[in-house]
Amino acid sequence: MLRASWKSLMARKLRLFMSAFAIILGVAFVAGSFVFTDTLGRSFDSIMNSSVGDVVVRPVAGDVDIESQPSSATLPGSLVKELADVPGAARADGNITNFGTFVVGKDGKLIGGFGPPGIGINFTDGPAAKGLEPLTLNAGRWPTAGGEVVVDEKTAEKAGYLIGEKVNLVSSGAEPRIQAKLVGIAHMDGGTAGASLSIFDTGEARRLFMDGNDTYTDIWVSAADGTSQAELRDAVAAKLPKDVEAVTGDAAAKAAASDIQEALGFITTFLLIFAGVALVVGSFLIVNTFSILVAQRSRELALFRALGSTRRQVARSVLFEASVIGLIGSIIGLGLGVVIAMGIRVLFGQFGLDLSGQSLIISPRTIVVSLVVGLVVTLVAAYLPARKAGKVPPVAAMRDDAILAESGMRGRTIVGTILTALGAGLLAAGLFADVPSPTYWVGGGILGVVLGMALISPIVGRPVIAAIGWLYRKTFGAVGLMAQQNAQRNPRRTGATASALMIGVTLVSMMAVFGASAKASIDKAVEKEFVADYVVSSAVGTPFSTEVTEELAAVPGVDEVAAFRWDQVKVKGEDRQVTGIDPSHIGVLGPTPMVEGRLADLTTTTVSVAEELATTDKLSVGSTIDLTRGGTTKPFTVGAIHGDSALLSSDYLLSLPALESLGGAKTDSYAFITRESGAAAAQVGRDLDKALADLPVVTVKDQGEFADEQRAQINQMLYLIYALLGLAVIIAILGIINTLALSVIERTKEIGLLRAVGLSRRQLKRMLRLESIVIALLGAALGIGLGVAFGVALQRSLADDGIDVLAVPWPQLGLFVALAGLVGIIAAWWPGWRASKLDILRAVTTE
Amino acid sequence: MTTDLAQERRDTTAPPKTAARVTDLVKTYGSGDTAVTALKGVSLDIAAGEFTAIMGPSGSGKSTLMHCAAGLDSVTRGSVQLGAIELTTLKEKDLTKVRRDHIGFVFQSFNLIPTLNAEENILLPLSIAGRKPDRAWYDHVIATVGLGDRLGHRPGELSGGQQQRVACARALVSRPEIIFADEPTGNLDSTSGAEVLGFLRRSVDDFGQTIVMVTHDPGAASWTDRVVFLADGRIVTELREPTPERILETMKSLDAKHVDAKVQG
Repeated sequence: MLRASWKSLMARKLRLFMSAFAIILGVAFVAGSFVFTDTLGRSFDSIMNSSVGDVVVRPVAGDVDIESQPSSATLPGSLVKELADVPGAARADGNITNFGTFVVGKDGKLIGGFGPPGIGINFTDGPAAKGLEPLTLNAGRWPTAGGEVVVDEKTAEKAGYLIGEKVNLVSSGAEPRIQAKLVGIAHMDGGTAGASLSIFDTGEARRLFMDGNDTYTDIWVSAADGTSQAELRDAVAAKLPKDVEAVTGDAAAKAAASDIQEALGFITTFLLIFAGVALVVGSFLIVNTFSILVAQRSRELALFRALGSTRRQVARSVLFEASVIGLIGSIIGLGLGVVIAMGIRVLFGQFGLDLSGQSLIISPRTIVVSLVVGLVVTLVAAYLPARKAGKVPPVAAMRDDAILAESGMRGRTIVGTILTALGAGLLAAGLFADVPSPTYWVGGGILGVVLGMALISPIVGRPVIAAIGWLYRKTFGAVGLMAQQNAQRNPRRTGATASALMIGVTLVSMMAVFGASAKASIDKAVEKEFVADYVVSSAVGTPFSTEVTEELAAVPGVDEVAAFRWDQVKVKGEDRQVTGIDPSHIGVLGPTPMVEGRLADLTTTTVSVAEELATTDKLSVGSTIDLTRGGTTKPFTVGAIHGDSALLSSDYLLSLPALESLGGAKTDSYAFITRESGAAAAQVGRDLDKALADLPVVTVKDQGEFADEQRAQINQMLYLIYALLGLAVIIAILGIINTLALSVIERTKEIGLLRAVGLSRRQLKRMLRLESIVIALLGAALGIGLGVAFGVALQRSLADDGIDVLAVPWPQLGLFVALAGLVGIIAAWWPGWRASKLDILRAVTTE
Repeated sequence: MTTDLAQERRDTTAPPKTAARVTDLVKTYGSGDTAVTALKGVSLDIAAGEFTAIMGPSGSGKSTLMHCAAGLDSVTRGSVQLGAIELTTLKEKDLTKVRRDHIGFVFQSFNLIPTLNAEENILLPLSIAGRKPDRAWYDHVIATVGLGDRLGHRPGELSGGQQQRVACARALVSRPEIIFADEPTGNLDSTSGAEVLGFLRRSVDDFGQTIVMVTHDPGAASWTDRVVFLADGRIVTELREPTPERILETMKSLDAKHVDAKVQG
C-alpha cells in the first residue's frame, strides 16, 4: 500500500511541489525568525559580557526602559577609592557613559542610524567581568588628554577618519559639538551591533558629560583571585550609600541582553505572524489539492478497497503522501529560513544594527520546531481529504460515473457561520473590551472570521460569481458562460481556492484602511492643532543637547522655541508617560483643552494630570501624588488637569525644571519653533538649517515636512507589510494554478470536444483565464469586504489613541481588485497553455 | 415546408457533386521499427447529400480515416479536400475554423458540455463562432429532433438517446457541409439507436445533409445510402442500398479474405 502511494506521489511531482511550496514558505518564516532571534541574542550576550565588570555599582535605576532617557543620577568619585579597598576587590574603576555621542563622518553625515546608540565613554584600563579586556587597540594609543578621542573600527571605517585627523562629534552633553584628534582605533570582540563607540580621557569625559564634576555613571569593581562575583557583590553592597546598588556582572549582562532582546522581540513576533499567515493559506492549498487528487483517484482508491484494503489503509496511504510532502517542504523551508535570516541580517545592517560579527545560529530547537510545524500543518490539512478517500465505496471501481458525491452544504454553512460569529466576537472583545493580552484576542478573532468565511465562501460568493457571470455572458458569449459555469461547478473547490487569496487581500485591505486612517488623522492633527512653524527632532532617535534648543532661539526671525521631552515615571509601581514642557512657551505646543488650571502656571512642584487618569485615580487640583524616576521620588501637587491634544497626551505633564529635579536628563526630544510675524518663511527656514548644518544629529522640518515625515513612516511600515503579504498572494496564485490544472485534467474530454467543434486555442485559453479571474475576483471581493470591516474596527478601537479619522482608500482597494484580476490572468497562463496543447483526438476518445 | 427548406439548403450551399474527397491517404503512427501504418493509400469521394457508412473490422483504419477526413488528425501523405478546401496544408488555427464552420461532429459517448443546458449545447458551435442562429432553421432542427420540451435541461438530466439527439442537433444547427458521426449508436440501446439513426436519415433526405458515419454495427449501417468497407488500411469494397444481410455477408467474406491474405502472405 505504501509503495503504491509512493509511486502515485512520484507521478505527480509538479503538483505536489506546488502544495509543498506553501509549507516551504511558512516553515521558512518560522525557521528564519528563530535563526535570526538566536543570532541576535548570542550577539548581544557577547557584547553585554564585555560591557560589565565583575560587580557593577550603579544608581538604583528603578526599571528605566532602554527607550526612555537614561538617568542623570551619578556616583561620587570618592566612592571609587573606597570600593577598591573592599576585601576581595582587586581594583575599582569609575565609568562615564553617554548615550548620545555620535561621530560625524567626513561627508558631514552622522555615523549610525535610527536605533543603535552612539556611546561616549571614558577610558579606563580596568578589566570587564572575569578579567576580559573590554576593548583592545587595533592601532594608535588610548586617549590621555583633552582633545583626544579613540573610536571603534567600524565607525572609523565608515566615517573615513585616519589616526591623527580631527574628528567631528555631536553629543547630547553640555557641548553639542566636539572636535578631537583621533589617536587610536579600538576593537570590541563580537562587534558593537552597529553602535558607535567614542572613547575619551576620563577628565575630558567628565567635562563633556558630567558638567565637570568628579562623578561617574557607574563603577566596575574587579574581583581579586579566588573571590566570586557574588561574594564581592555582598562585600561591596555593605559600603554603598542609599539609592546605589551593586549587581554581579553576570546578572547585569543578562538583564541588559534580555532588555534588548525584548525590545527587538517585535521582529520575531512580526515574522511569526507571517509564518502563520503563510501556513494558514498553505493549508487551504493542501486541503484543496488533496481533495481533488482523491476525487480524481477515487476509482483507483476504490480498486484498492475492492482488493481488500481497509478504509484506514486507504486513508493512511493519503496521509503518507501528505507526510512526505510535509517533510520535504519543511526541510527545504528550513534551508530557505536560513537564507531569510541572512536577508534580515543584511536588512538590519542597512538600518544600522550590524550583526556581521556573529555567525548565524541554527539551534536544534529551530530544526525540531520547523520540521514539526511543517509536518503537523500538512497532516492536519490532509486529514479531511484522507478520511474522504477512505469512504470511497469499493463498488466505485466497477462503475463509470461516480463517485464522490459532494456532501451537503448545510453542516458547512452552520459551522462556518458559527466560526465567523465567534471570531467577530473575539475580535470585538480584543479591540473594545478590557481583556488581558488583547493581541491574542484580535489575532484569534481574525483567524476565526477568515476560516469561517472560507467555509461559507461557496455560498457567500454566489452573488459575486453571478454578477461576474452576467458580465461575462454579455461580453464573451458562450466562452464567458462556460467560464462562469465551470467556476460554479465545484463551489467548494472554487471557494477554497478563492479563500487562499482572500486571506492575503483581507490583511492587505485592513492595513490599507488602517494606514489611510492614520495618515488622515495625522493630517487633521497637524492642520488643526499644530501651531509651531518648525519642528526640531533627533535624526537618531536619542534626545539632543539643550544647547541646540538655546542656539535656535537666537536665530533671527524665530519668535518662540518650546523644548519638549518624553520621559517615563513610576506612580504606585506602574510605568507612566510623562512629558516635560516649558510653561512659558506652552502656546507653541498648540491648543490643549484644559479641564482645570493652566499649563502656563506649572511650577517645579506642580504637575498636570491627564483627564482620564484624574478620574480613575480620583485626583483634583490640590491633590498630591508621588512621582518616582530612577531612585528619586518626589511629591507633586496637582496644578492642572489636561485633556487630549495631538502633542500633549501623556499621563503627566511637568515643567522642565520639575522633570530635572526628578533626575531627568537635560536633553530634549523635540523643539517646536514659531516664526515672528512678518519674518520671511523661506529665510527663517534657511537660517535654521544653517544653524544646524554642523549638527546632523538633529533635523528641522516645517509643518508640511513634518506631516510628510509622519506619513512616510506609516507608508514605510505599510510597504513592508505589503511586501510580506505579497508572499501570501504568491501562495494563492499557486493555489489557483493548481486548481485549474487539476480541473483541466478532469475535463480533458470536454476540452477535446470543444476543440473538435471549433473552439480555438485562444478561446480555450480565454475560457480558463476567465474562470481563473472569477476565482481571483471572488477572493478579492471577500477579502476586501472583510479587510475593510477589520480596518474600520481597528480604527474605531484606536480612535482614542489619536487615530480618530476613518479613511477608506477606495482607489487603492480598487487597485487591489485590478491586481487580483491580474493574478487570475497570471495563474491561468500555465493551465491554459497545457489545455491548448491537449491532443484533441486523444481527449475525445478518452474513456 | 420540409421540402422547401431542403430545397433552399441545396440552393444556398450550391453543392459540388462531391462534399469531401480523400486521395491516396497514408497515415503512419510512430516511426522506425515500431511504425504502424493505419491507412495505406485510401482514396474516397463522399458525395454531397448522401449518407455514407464506413465499416470494417477493428484495426481496419475506419476511425483513423474519419479522424483524418475531419481534420482532427494529421495525415502522413495524401490529400483531404473538403469542398474546395485542402485540409492537409492548413495551420491549426485555420483547421479549427474549418471544423467550426464546415464540419459537424457526433461522437459515440455523447460528449456534451455538462454545465450547459440542451439548448446551449446545441448552439455552442455557433456561439463559439460568434454567429446568430438562423431562427427558422433552428426551430426546424429542434422540431425534427423532438426535444422541444427538454431544451432547458442539462445533459445529466437527459437520457442517453436524448443526449445523442442533442449532439445531432448541435452538429446540424450550423449547417455544416458534412457531418462526421463516430459510432453514434455505440452507447445506446436499440430503440434509442433507431431514433438517432432515423433522425440522421431524415436530415439527409429532408435537408440534403451529407453524413459520414463510422460504425461496426450492420444494423446501423443499413440506414445509409452507401457502405464503404475497409480492411487493413485499404478500401476493399462498397455496397449501395445496403441491407443488414448483405452487409453481414460482405463482412464475412472480408474476414475470410483477410485471413486468406494473411495465410498466403
